[in-house]
Amino acid sequence: MADQLNHNKSWLEGLWDLLDRHFKLLAVLPAAILLLALTVYPLLELFHMSTLKISFSNAEMVREPAFWDNLTKLFDDWIYRRALVNTLIFVAVSTSVEMVLGFALALAVSELVRGRGLVRTAMLLPILIPPVAIGNIWRLMYNPEFGVINSLLAMVGLPALDLLGSTQTALLAVIIVDVWHWTPLVFLILLAGLEALPDELMEASSIDGASYIQKLVYIIIPLMWPAIMVAFIFRSIVAFKVFDQIFLLTSGGPGTSSEVVSLYVYKVFFQQNQLGYGAMLAIITIAIVCVYLGTFALMQRRMARAK
Amino acid sequence: MVAAPWKTVAVWAFVLFALVLIVAPFLWIVSVSLKYQIQIFMAEFPFDPTWTNYDRVLFAKSSDFLRNLQNSLIVAIVSTAFVLVVGTLAAYSLAWRRWSRLFSAVFLTWTLVFNIIPPITLVGPWYLIFRELGLFNTLTALTMTHIVINLPMTIWLMMSAFGNIPRDLESAAIIDGCRRMTAFRVILLPLAAPGLIASGLLAFIFSWSEFGIALNLTAKETMTIPVAIAAYAGQYEIQHGEMAAASVLSAVPAIVLMFVGQKFIVRGLTAGSMK
Repeated sequence: MADQLNHNKSWLEGLWDLLDRHFKLLAVLPAAILLLALTVYPLLELFHMSTLKISFSNAEMVREPAFWDNLTKLFDDWIYRRALVNTLIFVAVSTSVEMVLGFALALAVSELVRGRGLVRTAMLLPILIPPVAIGNIWRLMYNPEFGVINSLLAMVGLPALDLLGSTQTALLAVIIVDVWHWTPLVFLILLAGLEALPDELMEASSIDGASYIQKLVYIIIPLMWPAIMVAFIFRSIVAFKVFDQIFLLTSGGPGTSSEVVSLYVYKVFFQQNQLGYGAMLAIITIAIVCVYLGTFALMQRRMARAK
Repeated sequence: MVAAPWKTVAVWAFVLFALVLIVAPFLWIVSVSLKYQIQIFMAEFPFDPTWTNYDRVLFAKSSDFLRNLQNSLIVAIVSTAFVLVVGTLAAYSLAWRRWSRLFSAVFLTWTLVFNIIPPITLVGPWYLIFRELGLFNTLTALTMTHIVINLPMTIWLMMSAFGNIPRDLESAAIIDGCRRMTAFRVILLPLAAPGLIASGLLAFIFSWSEFGIALNLTAKETMTIPVAIAAYAGQYEIQHGEMAAASVLSAVPAIVLMFVGQKFIVRGLTAGSMK
């Protein structure tokens, strides 16, 4: 009986059965192929490129071995070092300011009984606008002739400042934009964390007569620590990638005063057409990010073990 | 619990101050986009609004904005559709089927590593690869890169969406003779719909906004809106009003989603911290 049933199954049913048996593999395959073709292979290609000098003559690509040239260039490259230092300053300052402001704002909003939805909606604005548009908006706001920032300075009697145009303030100016751009995300993550805290704990500590500061230091911050760490790591990694806004605001200038790693790698690749040396810089940059994340992963494992 | 009234006032004052700081730059750029160049330089306020800048950005003969818009929409919609299919299937396989520990560890660690490295570092090899394939300066190439940069986020969001579904639901269906594929489509997918919407909205907005890759893989005909906006800034005589108008137009999807998809987007953005 069962045999006969199987016999009557159409070949199409059989095909479906076959596909179904291997569904686990078939489902993961497209993602695996995409990742292999567009991330793993390009990374290997990057290593290969870093040993070459690649030039174009008459639209023909010419590859010559140049590993040592690229390596010595790297050691003499003070612009890359400057870009790296600027990036680290940018990441450290913007991330810590965003953490403090975002946490303060989350604490304030969590006290509100009404209006949280409105605040949340408004805070999505900088996160969702294209970063290029943000660069544009702030470029116009910083404009020394008609920008709103100078109008405000003039109102309190201060002289006009060209924040983007001065070597001393360009990096500060792009950090201010980043703080405006990303404090809302830190706020959203930490507010979600605060809302997940058990209410009884908060009320019990109030009844015990703990002051707000005591409550903050002994209860809220320790309970919030995982969310704080996630926001911090996430923000610092995204800050390290910064490209769009600085491209629009200063292009790294004046001079190299706001040059950052991503922007410099782009310039070497596509403006100076040094694809080989650019690959060398890209690999170093990737290595730095991996070491940074690896350190956090190790620390976390050690802390988990200590508990 | 009754809070002291001065405390409530102080909290509200602080929150309102922050709201003004966040929203004001955008309102200012809207005002600039409605002014003639001369009014911008005079920092005139109040002023007679004009639609000239929008008119010129959208319909002037020298402007490619409508074509840029078309390119941006094609890339964002197609890449979002693909990343949802590919990412959801992978997330299902990793979250619901049994894989060796090594395989899932390698797979997930790799998506994490790829997500943290600056995308600009891979644009060099992408440029060479697409050149050799004859795909340089095509929307296909740009769409493929957008699928792959949104893939890690989609996989994680969908894995957590599938992770919340009780196991028994599927096993009951399988015992009843249901195929795994049917169970996936009929039972799991509808239950994971909120995650699907959140990933879809975020993937769309990220693709729409993406600049660094599009800058280097496209040329005049395939330029997307962010690249076009950056090109405005590089012109010899900068038209500030048009630049502002183009920026405001580029923010329209963001503003729509802010009000329509708020709940899903907040959930997607904060999902990482809740684990």
